[in-house]
Amino acid sequence: MITAAAQERETYLNASYGIKSWLLTKDHKRIALLYLFTVTLFFFIGGAFATLIRIELLTPQGGLVSSETYNKLFTMHGVTMIFFFLIPSIPATLGNFFLPMMIGARDLAFPRINLLSWYLLVIGGLFALFAMLAGGVDTGWTFYTPYSTTYSNTWVIATAIGIFVAGFSSILTGLNFVVTVHRMRAPGMTWFRMPLFVWAHYATALIQILGTPVLAVTLLLVFCERVFHIGIFDPALGGDPVLFQHLFWFYSHPAVYIMVLPAMGVVNELVSTFSRKPIFGYSFVAFSSLAIAVLGFLVWGHHLFVSTQSVYAGMVFSFLSYFVAIPSAIKVFNWTATLYKGSISFATPMLYAFGFIGLFTVGGLTGLFVASLGLDVHVTDTYFVVAHFHYIMVGGAIMGYLGGLHYWWPKITGRMYPELWARLSALVIFLGFNLTFFPQFILGYLGMPRRYHTYPDEFQVLHVLSTAGASVLAVGYLMPMVYFIWSLRYGQVAGANPWGATGLEWQTASPPPVHNFDEMPVVTHEAYDYTTVLGEVEVG
Amino acid sequence: MSEHVDSVRTYASVWLILLALTAATTAVAYVDLGAFSVVVALTIAVIKMLLVALFFMHVRHSTQLTRLVVVGGLLWLGILLTFTLADVWTRGLIGTPGR
Amino acid sequence: MANHAEAQAETLALREQFDTAEQQKDASTLGMWVFLITEIMFFGGLFLAYTVYRDIYFPVFALASSSLNAVIGAINTAVLLCSSFTMVLAVRASQVGQRNALIIFLILTLILGVAFLGVKAYEWNEKFQEHHVPGPTFHLEGTGQQGEAQLFFSLYFAMTGLHALHMLVGCGILTWLLIQSWKGKFTPEYMTPVDIAGLYWHFVDIIWIFLFPLLYLIDRHLGR
Repeated sequence: MITAAAQERETYLNASYGIKSWLLTKDHKRIALLYLFTVTLFFFIGGAFATLIRIELLTPQGGLVSSETYNKLFTMHGVTMIFFFLIPSIPATLGNFFLPMMIGARDLAFPRINLLSWYLLVIGGLFALFAMLAGGVDTGWTFYTPYSTTYSNTWVIATAIGIFVAGFSSILTGLNFVVTVHRMRAPGMTWFRMPLFVWAHYATALIQILGTPVLAVTLLLVFCERVFHIGIFDPALGGDPVLFQHLFWFYSHPAVYIMVLPAMGVVNELVSTFSRKPIFGYSFVAFSSLAIAVLGFLVWGHHLFVSTQSVYAGMVFSFLSYFVAIPSAIKVFNWTATLYKGSISFATPMLYAFGFIGLFTVGGLTGLFVASLGLDVHVTDTYFVVAHFHYIMVGGAIMGYLGGLHYWWPKITGRMYPELWARLSALVIFLGFNLTFFPQFILGYLGMPRRYHTYPDEFQVLHVLSTAGASVLAVGYLMPMVYFIWSLRYGQVAGANPWGATGLEWQTASPPPVHNFDEMPVVTHEAYDYTTVLGEVEVG
Repeated sequence: MSEHVDSVRTYASVWLILLALTAATTAVAYVDLGAFSVVVALTIAVIKMLLVALFFMHVRHSTQLTRLVVVGGLLWLGILLTFTLADVWTRGLIGTPGR
Repeated sequence: MANHAEAQAETLALREQFDTAEQQKDASTLGMWVFLITEIMFFGGLFLAYTVYRDIYFPVFALASSSLNAVIGAINTAVLLCSSFTMVLAVRASQVGQRNALIIFLILTLILGVAFLGVKAYEWNEKFQEHHVPGPTFHLEGTGQQGEAQLFFSLYFAMTGLHALHMLVGCGILTWLLIQSWKGKFTPEYMTPVDIAGLYWHFVDIIWIFLFPLLYLIDRHLGR
């Protein structure tokens, strides 16, 4: 798959051949592609589970699968999508590829640890896949005790091991990014000259480092409880199931910021490039990423509102949960201000950025609804919550991911994707997404519980709409698979900077050479400095 | 960080203090201090930790970034403990509305 | 300041992603510190569980704790503190290029580490004999709250077990360091692996500094 332009020139793609050169690579760009392949695979596995769920929910009495099987479907959908797709997605693909380039480095600080991270994700994924194929796990991705530790007869341990191992993949990636940003910036690349994509990934890395180990030890305790019956979460032996929930959500709430912060980082780049303006309020956006990372650790109890968590603690967590919305809102305001009087182009990446801003705002605002202790008592464990987090994870994070993939595709592969088909699929995804998930807000508000596959007849219309939307969404997701692969051979050959973007990654060839730059850059200008960038925006 | 080479005497002094503190914390455990026992025990443990960190791990010669990392880690452990205990210690304090 | 990566041959002290040996040393040290705070959070979950249950079940925990041998625990603590002393002397020896001293101190550290693990094994065996290992044969005399008593020992084994696992890894690292030192790989300019292994070793020691009073010394004033 050598691009025409790169045939005469050595790039990271053609510098060496053979499977060993990929499986034993230390090149962050190749590792990014290994991750791309892996997370895409898991995305479609998770999507397959989602398809089965939506088909089952077409009729009020289910019928396609038993209740026990349905429990396994939503569990495995959640586990796959969260731990094996969303958490790694942007950081391990776009982050791995571009963070070093954006700061003018040759590679990450620890390339071999980077490769180890990928292998850990694969090994963890194999454990999880084994669990799924051997009979599945039915505890919900949240593994609440004592069901997961005492009563479930499914492959809890295998799944827990898979997530444990994948967790270390995440921790090591975070470690690598933090050290890289601190120690590997090129001369002149000060903190406040870095692209905001880097700030976002730095903040994400902090969360990965501080939160994931707690998940790891929690899964270890679940393992011990299940195998040795130590009693730590078992009320019969004096244990406290809510202790599990505290330990679990201490990670899993910040985890949602691991999933969305990188997408926000991508959106910074897209909004700037396609308005041809520096991001408004650069330092506010930079600090808001850090604020989200910090505040995100102080709110986990809002997942425990209807547990035996004390009302006092619930009130504190509810209060703090409102604060964490503020830095996110700051970002949305700054993106909007960036657009104002910008020279806006509606290339596909920008369509995804707009989609992100709108849908993330809806998701974020509904987050405020559920942050309210009083209201959450009514909508918790209903489809309202399901819709809230899908607006952020799918409407937000996945759109950010797709926007980033499209934006950087020419840099990664040296080829342009077909713009018309790409815009069409963005539209299909947007429409499919809203048709799938907006009815779920209404369903939840009306009382439809989550994780149930039978429901009163009057909810059927909304469920049918949702499933119809899911079909459209599925088509929308399959389209990029087709045209991205098509573009590798037939796509228009891309130059170094097809978008006229700022950023060091656009000042090297497409695809880049093995060591990223022929000569290490010395940075003399601020981020998003369009006065120094020549070139036209190539929009198909 | 290794620009400073501490003397063997410095390390030996710290080592002896650590051993003494270990003996002290063990001995004090046999004295009835009531609720104060755990305070004393943890205080001694924290002092030992600081000695090991500052002298053996060279934190006293380290960069600001290293110290920030250490403080950050301890702070985050503090968040985990504090907020969870804030739940455990206040259960039943405020009644559930409607009950 | 343009650097052609191809022009500099990669050495242990200067891997190709770095521009200078100092940058590599700084990055490696920062990397180890960041790793150690992930370990703080990893052990932290267990410390949380311990804190919650000790608070709720204090009398049972005190009783269970007093079945541990505080003197042996204290001696083992001293053993580990001595190993930290020899470890920092090893690091110092590598800083000043004293290869023989480095090797001797690494060996001493390793011996002390293994001794610690040996004492641990003895203690665990004692617990097994006394039926204090959580499971169907568990029984702690002097209380009706057997489930809660078992909780103490579950945490005891989980925390000391996880600590022992880290000690084992540490002994493995020390062995590797010994081999490398023997081969003369470390110089005052390049002793980073010794340095960061020292950080790891001291960290594992600090964990024990907290485990000892929390597990062994909850309430000994009744002379138990």
